[in-house]
Amino acid sequence: MPDNLREQKRAVNFSGPGKHLKEKFIEWILFVCALFSVGITISIVVVLFWQGIDFFKVVPIIIFLTGTVWTPLFANPQYGVLPLLVGTLLVTSIAVVVALPIGLVIAIYLSEYANKRLREIIKPVLELLAAIPTVVYGYFALLFVTPLLQKIIPELSGFNALSPGIVMGIMIVPYVSSISEDAMSSVPMYIKEGSYALGATRFQTAIKVVVPASFSGIAAAFIIGVSRAIGETMVVAIAAGMMPNLTVNPLEPIETFTAYIVQISLGDVPHGTLEYSTIFAVGIVLFFITLGLNVVSFFLTRRYRERY
Amino acid sequence: MESGIKRSEYVDIIFGFLGLFICFALLSIIAILLGDLIITGWPRLTPKFFLSFPSRFPEQAGILSAWVGSLLVIFITAISAVPIGVCAGIYLEEYAPKNWLTNILEINIANLAGVPSIIYGLLALGLFVYMLNFGESILTGGLTLGLMILPIIIMATREAIRTIPQDIREASYACGATKWQTVRWHILPYSMGGILTGMIIGVSRAFGETAPLVTIGALTYIAFLPSSPFEPQFPFISFKWLFDAFTVLPVQIFNWVSRPQKGFHINSAAAAVVLMALALMMNATAIYLRYRIRRKIKW
Repeated sequence: MPDNLREQKRAVNFSGPGKHLKEKFIEWILFVCALFSVGITISIVVVLFWQGIDFFKVVPIIIFLTGTVWTPLFANPQYGVLPLLVGTLLVTSIAVVVALPIGLVIAIYLSEYANKRLREIIKPVLELLAAIPTVVYGYFALLFVTPLLQKIIPELSGFNALSPGIVMGIMIVPYVSSISEDAMSSVPMYIKEGSYALGATRFQTAIKVVVPASFSGIAAAFIIGVSRAIGETMVVAIAAGMMPNLTVNPLEPIETFTAYIVQISLGDVPHGTLEYSTIFAVGIVLFFITLGLNVVSFFLTRRYRERY
Repeated sequence: MESGIKRSEYVDIIFGFLGLFICFALLSIIAILLGDLIITGWPRLTPKFFLSFPSRFPEQAGILSAWVGSLLVIFITAISAVPIGVCAGIYLEEYAPKNWLTNILEINIANLAGVPSIIYGLLALGLFVYMLNFGESILTGGLTLGLMILPIIIMATREAIRTIPQDIREASYACGATKWQTVRWHILPYSMGGILTGMIIGVSRAFGETAPLVTIGALTYIAFLPSSPFEPQFPFISFKWLFDAFTVLPVQIFNWVSRPQKGFHINSAAAAVVLMALALMMNATAIYLRYRIRRKIKW
């Protein structure tokens, strides 16, 4: 600190005239950097619509949103996005069914039960779980979880929605648990103490006081989990089969929005064709679904942060 | 009444065990995953594996072009995202007035952090590949991942700055420092640890990312290295490598895991061991740094 003060003093002394100009200039540069992030969002929207417009010129939006067959690469192409939507929702629901209970139990455990030392072990481990590259989770789903599940459910096909759903659920546990734990820890101590003073156990306090009090934070965690699962790509691209299939049967191969984009990117569909513009049309749907979820969770998070 | 109390006490204890059990179950999942990868991939993890190009024959295939590509792409990512991210973070914490524009900036950054990575791939495809004509190159790949990790770096910077108490700023102003001098000589040095942590986490995210690079066409069969950045003649530095085709480790793993032959699955496990080892090492460093900083600094 004394070092810094000395250096600063030197800086103050030698900053003659033009100081104000320099200050303004620096503030302006920093502002431009912050504005850059808005630029990214605008370019996403512009690029998606600009590249996707060719698609919607040919395929009416009603047919796109209500059609039940998705075969853009066939000789007789059909452009109904519902199979991709249902596939995405199917995998996402499986993931959320796995992640939500596990994430909530961990969050309650960390905020109400675990002592400080245990918490300092568990939290980094959860962060490490979030650090595993998704392609490795994909490997895990295809070559470890699917064969394992096939021993229990023999009729499970080699590519299916169940195995990537479960793996994705494990993958989003850290997101769900860390955001809900954050919300639970922000419930003021005196509210919990009130509950304990009435003779409640830790579990009763957690379920009847802490969870309701931090409900908006838990809802935000849930929504972020859903948004992550919808946007997750590699696990489904590797293990779910890339087969647009309008089904809610988790044992069959399916395709999601994201896996479809990967499928087309891997193939040799030339740029500028209608087939090619489908990935941008699918991208528009994907972007606006996740945008909606992210904005809702942003306001929910802000609400619990402001309340206490 | 008595039995009701007893029961709720039991429930309390059982839940405690349940929580502990689930935490350890997750830990063992990482252990199983790692163990499975290492056992499967071990026979391939020889020096030859690191020094060979991909091949049609799984036993001869290696990850040379993949790890070189990964390093170069990550370099571009870091130098493009870190300065802008840190500057944006400083602006939002230290300069931004409380108005509608700042509000929009904040919502926007929160949303960007949640945009699926593959959307960044589509953005890059339209912007870098078709509009700016960068091609399916290292430059495009690095900038794409740079855009993707920008929100992570901004948020880490803001969090690090937010922990600095107001007294420090006031003390600096009291000495006659201007705003920028305060930021330059106090805010930045004190938040350096936190910024560094965020930087490592962002870079490791980019390092393991596959989807956006598949979208911009990071080819999976690359049997050559990018051109050298150094030249024997003046000016000794060449930027031709920026526009070379490339592949990265995660894309190579994806390619191998998607093939039906067992031999390639072994390759993908071996490459995944390398990827995981590097990713976990980076994250462990970041987590360690964060805990050390948190313990060391007591305002």
